[in-house]
Amino acid sequence: MAETLLTDPGQSPARLEGWRGIAADWASDQRAFKNVSWGKAMMWIFLLSDTFIFSCFLLSYMTARMSTTVPWPNPSEVFALNIAGKHIPLILIAIMTFILISSSGTMAMAVNFGYRRDRVRTAILMLVTAAFGATFVGMQAFEWTKLIMEGVRPWGNPWGAPQFGASFFMITGFHGTHVTIGVIFLIAIARKVFRGDFDVERRGFFTSRKGYYEIVEITGLYWHFVDLVWVFIFAFFYLW
Amino acid sequence: MTNAAVHMEGQLHAPAHGAVATAAVHAKGQQHPIKLYLVVWGWLFVLSTCSYLVDYFGLHGYLRWSLILLFMVLKAGLIVAVFMHMAWERLALAYAILLPPIAVLVFVSIMVLESEYTHFLRVLFFAAPS
Repeated sequence: MAETLLTDPGQSPARLEGWRGIAADWASDQRAFKNVSWGKAMMWIFLLSDTFIFSCFLLSYMTARMSTTVPWPNPSEVFALNIAGKHIPLILIAIMTFILISSSGTMAMAVNFGYRRDRVRTAILMLVTAAFGATFVGMQAFEWTKLIMEGVRPWGNPWGAPQFGASFFMITGFHGTHVTIGVIFLIAIARKVFRGDFDVERRGFFTSRKGYYEIVEITGLYWHFVDLVWVFIFAFFYLW
Repeated sequence: MTNAAVHMEGQLHAPAHGAVATAAVHAKGQQHPIKLYLVVWGWLFVLSTCSYLVDYFGLHGYLRWSLILLFMVLKAGLIVAVFMHMAWERLALAYAILLPPIAVLVFVSIMVLESEYTHFLRVLFFAAPS
């Protein structure tokens, strides 16, 4: 019986909009998210939980920075680089930001081509996205190496408040881990797209279920979220 | 049967063959012109450049903080609304995802009070002027 309700969401009469739509969607003794598949809804809910994790990291950083009596190291100087004899503040972080935004752009287009069932373009754009992501992680590894060589540790650094290192490694490390997982996720899905799994509705190895091009959008949600988190880290940790 | 049942309408009628030829007809899900993504991409670049320039020109105080927050919110909004397609989802999903993070702002205000109190105590007891 429940399955009958789930089978054909498209058949139901016109749905209400606005606040009445919210009440009707949530109160209808069916699924609340009418035109969103379980995969997409679950990715959104996961991203919501991840939002809280990163919020807690940024909050603890804020608390440490606001409550210390020792001056906070100036990120503009800490992350400056000497390029071609010129001292440019924060340049590495700026480049990393542009790389991540570019990867979001290619990802958005991959989703678009995915829904057009253009499997070659989708796979190529996803691999380009993964390449941008790997570049980002590489630059982060360079940044970590540079700072560790300069004596930054989770318990201290040469320039000021000792909590700087702990906040830095925790926040950027967790974000870098997310980017790395995203790159793996992208490559795995790009392989399936390129092989045509979603055109022939081949069953998945683990799930034995048919895949759909929607997985490209779900992967994209994760990837855009990683970019979104960087927007906040860039603003609060590097620029503040 | 049950597997197919849980999937959205767009996929129930997805063609299993001759996919490319009928792509335009059968394309469902989030379909928007590529141009929209390129425009948003361009804006994200502009906004990122602006927030970098805030640091480059060494702006200070409330001007710096408000500009940083402004560019941050605009970028985040563009990513969520367009790239993540939240602008086209039903409100039931949008509110379920976008409202809970507001609780974080409450947490922020609590921790601002708390860290100001900690700072006050530290100044009072540990960093007393000699």
